[in-house]
Amino acid sequence: MSEILVDVKNLSKEYKRGGETLIVLDDLNLEIPKQDFLALMGPSGSGKSTLLNLIGGLDTPSSGSVSINGERIDQMNSKQLSNWRAGNVGFIFQFYNLLPVLTAQKNIELPLLLTNLSSSERKKHVETALSIVGLSDRSGHKPSELSGGQQQRVAIARALVSDPDILVCDEPTGDLDRNTATDILNLLKSLNEDHGKTILMVTHDPAAADSAKRSLHLDKGKLTT
Amino acid sequence: MKYWIIILAALKRKKWRTGLTISSLVIAFLLFGLLRSVAVIFTEDVDLSGDDRLVVASKYSIIDSMPISYLQRIKGIEGVEIVAHQDWFGGTYIDRANFFPKWPVPPKEFLDIYEEFKISDQHKEAFISTRTGMIAGQKIIDRFGWKIGDRIPIIGDIYFLNDGTNLWEFDLVGTFIDSENPGNEDQVFLNYKYFDEAREEMRRGVVGNFIVKLSDKNDGPRVAKEIDAMFANSMDETKTSTEKAYQQMFASQIGDIGFIMNAILAAVFFTILLVTGNTMSQSIRERTSELAVFKTIGFSDMTVMNLVLIESLVLCIIGALLGLGITALMMPALSEMVSVSLGEISLDVSVILSGLGIAIITAFISGFPPALGAMRLKVVDALKKD
Repeated sequence: MSEILVDVKNLSKEYKRGGETLIVLDDLNLEIPKQDFLALMGPSGSGKSTLLNLIGGLDTPSSGSVSINGERIDQMNSKQLSNWRAGNVGFIFQFYNLLPVLTAQKNIELPLLLTNLSSSERKKHVETALSIVGLSDRSGHKPSELSGGQQQRVAIARALVSDPDILVCDEPTGDLDRNTATDILNLLKSLNEDHGKTILMVTHDPAAADSAKRSLHLDKGKLTT
Repeated sequence: MKYWIIILAALKRKKWRTGLTISSLVIAFLLFGLLRSVAVIFTEDVDLSGDDRLVVASKYSIIDSMPISYLQRIKGIEGVEIVAHQDWFGGTYIDRANFFPKWPVPPKEFLDIYEEFKISDQHKEAFISTRTGMIAGQKIIDRFGWKIGDRIPIIGDIYFLNDGTNLWEFDLVGTFIDSENPGNEDQVFLNYKYFDEAREEMRRGVVGNFIVKLSDKNDGPRVAKEIDAMFANSMDETKTSTEKAYQQMFASQIGDIGFIMNAILAAVFFTILLVTGNTMSQSIRERTSELAVFKTIGFSDMTVMNLVLIESLVLCIIGALLGLGITALMMPALSEMVSVSLGEISLDVSVILSGLGIAIITAFISGFPPALGAMRLKVVDALKKD
């Protein structure tokens, strides 16, 4: 059996709204082995994005634990979580979230600014990431000069460039047409199979979920399959 | 610094807005540079040493005159080399728009003291020997197209002729230049002897102030003290100071100029604070999702806050440097304009440093609220989809 990368135990997340307590995740347990490609599906409000944020270290649980590679990230403070995210996780969003005034190359370089790499080393890493996503010839283009699919590839390269163990994708094809979405999913598959990246993807799209090695469904804060 | 690309990206995001904000700052710091440079003259401490000329004026008001008999008594003080005097004549040449200072002076003593006024021996001699003589700075000559030998009419408004009329006429007998301070060429000097004899009898025998040339400039404090002590408890007590201090007093007749200028600057910077604060807040609001991305990829809350503060600082420092730079370029022309009444002014290092200090404070105050907001920004909330 593969080594466990993500180990979620008795995870709960609650929000207080006025006088009410809203339970978003309810005593959830999940193990994700290394090099897995897991699709999380479920209706709106089922807690998919919340689970993604907790595993990605963007949020902290109300109770339970989240261990990534043996590290308890639920016990980290804000600064420790920032440092952890910088080196261990790459995020891919539905709307790319690229800086519009920076070129593709500079957008991809952003996570590396937090490292001690020299300018030339950073450039080398960026070139590698660009070649993986097939955009070496678009490095000097700004987001407005790229198509939606190309922008998402730049966002994937930005998530990859610091060589994280896990890629966290929130509806990565939600803003793309079918053909472009297929290209992006193939790229994610390739990152999983050829580059050994563990991928956790939230999606509404069954076709996108089919690209993953396995799918899980969430409903009302609980895993149903 | 590797984070420059982020700072520049933020500033380049809305070039027009950044440009307009920097322009506001440039104008504010230009005003600051100009007004502070002038205000320094009114607020700096007066040092009686280091200047070989002193001005003796009435203790209570510079518009009060003193008896000319003081001249001989001042001359008798040890360390005094030459004593001259001058009066503010006022008056109008043809039209009020043609304003320039006119000073009745004793020609020889005055020109012996003011060696920086370069005048030919022939013109100097003519000024000394011509009872109705006038010499004019080269700028005045050029401005009105006067020629040596011209008779210049001046309508008196402070001083009338003894017959009750006020049309004075002077003979232009010479011209002078002051290459060190061309602003001094914007005035004329009249022969005091004629002025005193021709004016109303009841006003004769007095002068506006005395100018004392010292043998040794280090004697300034002692000589000033002796002069003032000599006339203490008399009808016309004196106050002796350097030329610079006298110019301060002269210009301060219209009010506390230092205070007025500082008040204007305070208003300007308060407005700038609001402008910059608004720009920064708006800019940060528009970039909420970008800031969230920074945090997502590992930038700490403090780093994000510092990036916003540095952005504000860069904006203010660029504005300050450009504004103060333009001030430096304009300073020679401004100095020339005001040198007759205020003396030479320059962009002092203290003004530059205080300008940069204000830029830093402005950046901090205007940048802190949005920076704090950026620091507290919750990634999960900021990235929530519509």
